[in-house]
Amino acid sequence: MKYATGMDYIKTDSLPHMWCAGCGDGIVVRAIACALENLELDPRKIVMVSGIGCWGKADDYFTCNALHTTHGRALAYATGVKSANPELTVVVLMGDGDGTTIGGNHLLHAARRNMDLTAVLVNNYNYGMTGGQASATTPHDAVTSTSVLGNPERSVDVCELAKVAGANYVARETVAQGTRLSKRIQEGIANKGFSLIEVASPCTTLFGPRNKMRQPVDMLRWLKEKGVSEARYDKIEDAAAQGYFKVGKFVERTDPDFNTSYEVMRERLQQKEGK
Amino acid sequence: MSTAKLIQGNAAIAQGAFYAGARFYAGYPITPSSEIAQIAASEMPKLGGVYMQMEDELASMGAIIGASLSGAKAFTATSGPGFSLMQENLGMATMGEVPLVVVNVQRSGPSTGLATRPAQSDMMQLRWGRHGDQSVVALIPATVAECFELTVKAFNIAEKYRTQVIVAPDEVVGHMRESFRLPEPGELEVIDRVKPAGEPKDYKPFSFEPGAVAPLAAYGSDYIFHVTSSMHGEDGYSCNTPDNAARRVAQLHTKLEQDIDDVIMVKEFDVEGCEILIVAYGVVTRAARTAAAKAREKGVKVGVLQLQTVWPFPAKAVAKAAQNASSVIVPEMNYAGQMAGEVRKVVGDASMVRTVNSYNGTIMFPDAIEKALY
Repeated sequence: MKYATGMDYIKTDSLPHMWCAGCGDGIVVRAIACALENLELDPRKIVMVSGIGCWGKADDYFTCNALHTTHGRALAYATGVKSANPELTVVVLMGDGDGTTIGGNHLLHAARRNMDLTAVLVNNYNYGMTGGQASATTPHDAVTSTSVLGNPERSVDVCELAKVAGANYVARETVAQGTRLSKRIQEGIANKGFSLIEVASPCTTLFGPRNKMRQPVDMLRWLKEKGVSEARYDKIEDAAAQGYFKVGKFVERTDPDFNTSYEVMRERLQQKEGK
Repeated sequence: MSTAKLIQGNAAIAQGAFYAGARFYAGYPITPSSEIAQIAASEMPKLGGVYMQMEDELASMGAIIGASLSGAKAFTATSGPGFSLMQENLGMATMGEVPLVVVNVQRSGPSTGLATRPAQSDMMQLRWGRHGDQSVVALIPATVAECFELTVKAFNIAEKYRTQVIVAPDEVVGHMRESFRLPEPGELEVIDRVKPAGEPKDYKPFSFEPGAVAPLAAYGSDYIFHVTSSMHGEDGYSCNTPDNAARRVAQLHTKLEQDIDDVIMVKEFDVEGCEILIVAYGVVTRAARTAAAKAREKGVKVGVLQLQTVWPFPAKAVAKAAQNASSVIVPEMNYAGQMAGEVRKVVGDASMVRTVNSYNGTIMFPDAIEKALY
């Protein structure tokens, strides 16, 4: 058995990467690269579409085509890339601020349209690039630079949102389990239609130290302890209140994606014109 | 041979886009531009293209940028408030040198204002709506035929210069119906972007040579390439050095200035030796021509210079037309005289320039201009 290294898909001359020590982003790059290698995809037929923020810089580390876009709009750009050329594999790289907070509307609609995109949304629970402010995924009561007394707002569950909006594939993993994460990304890419893989990842510079996790290892321990399977989660009393969150695969369906539906519509038109 | 038909300005814009080879439309509904989306929705599938109704104008602009980079000629249509929402991603298209066409059927504002009434008050938004300092091209039709012709031309300029071209009729021109014969394929020039031909590993998607425009590959071809909203080098990868930034910004301007006669379009009506020059654009041109004709009947030599291209501003053409005139009148459907300011910059004696403005949501009639002539 040959193990994927992902190195053909990683732009080694861009290394070392720009992220902070202990950040999970490098693990996600490797997880994506291994998924691409296992699927034997041609880098010429892959487009990495990224947003703004720490994880939004990830497109620099891949050997395939890239489109680094404006804040929150990566899914909208990716929608155009994919619908104009359905042969492309489009992977969308967004953080929690990018994909959920400013870009929440596009997430809702990309999932509803069931665009054949794979969104890898790295959630580090705050805005890392701009100084650790609260985002839509910052847990209630967590401390950030703009919620110094604790976050008065509630956080959004990105996976639940994608699920009800109609995504074909939804999963959440943490960077503490890189191989499992890679498998999910691979499944997401292989599944036609909208796929969302949320990746729980530590922000060791800003979020951790403000929330009683001084060292990167404390954050990894937190992700490992609190990220539990759906079965285990359901058995824990007041799981959400204790900070537990579900990991694993939540949705896997085969509803027709946008391009397929559009093709059906086109054929219907041709039949009508032919009569 | 197609015969002439009575068609609407907005329909002529849609037909112009298809004629030029547009095969992707993404948009969000807004009057008075809606007919363009509706026609795209029914015609695109027949042409093998795609129509997408997006969740908002930010998404629409993002989607056409993505589609253009996948190799499709792409466009969208909107009106003032929607155009405001497109500005950020339009700036990204400038940075990425992504060819595309945006139709802004101008309506009265501010904000929802007189939502479906005509205005020419987005002239500065066309030019400077984005943050930063960059060039786009803006064309303003005055007739249904020009709606078609300028839309074809808009795609040609977009493709040739890898730039963004805005076609901005006012509501009246968008909605008026005039007799128009659809040209046969081949009758009008249609330009496609230049694609790279060399070794894929040597491909540079951006050029810093003054006036040069790099070939643009499509995603999925043999040429792997990188496009970013951030400052970048010729390889498309981020580069933040001052030298690189200066060259990049200069290139975005100079690529349009090098061959300016190809982009600048004006129409002259009795301009030769005129005593009074009227500089007009869009629907107001029609009123200006009527006013000028009446004045000539009275023996006053009045000429009309119609600006079809408003950005880049046709400075040379205006200066030349005004050289023998004793006064220059700029009638506009806005309060501030947005283009009159530009005319003043190029007319030797700025005090010669007088303005006529209407901003109540109704069309400007010839008598308003006539009054200003004497």
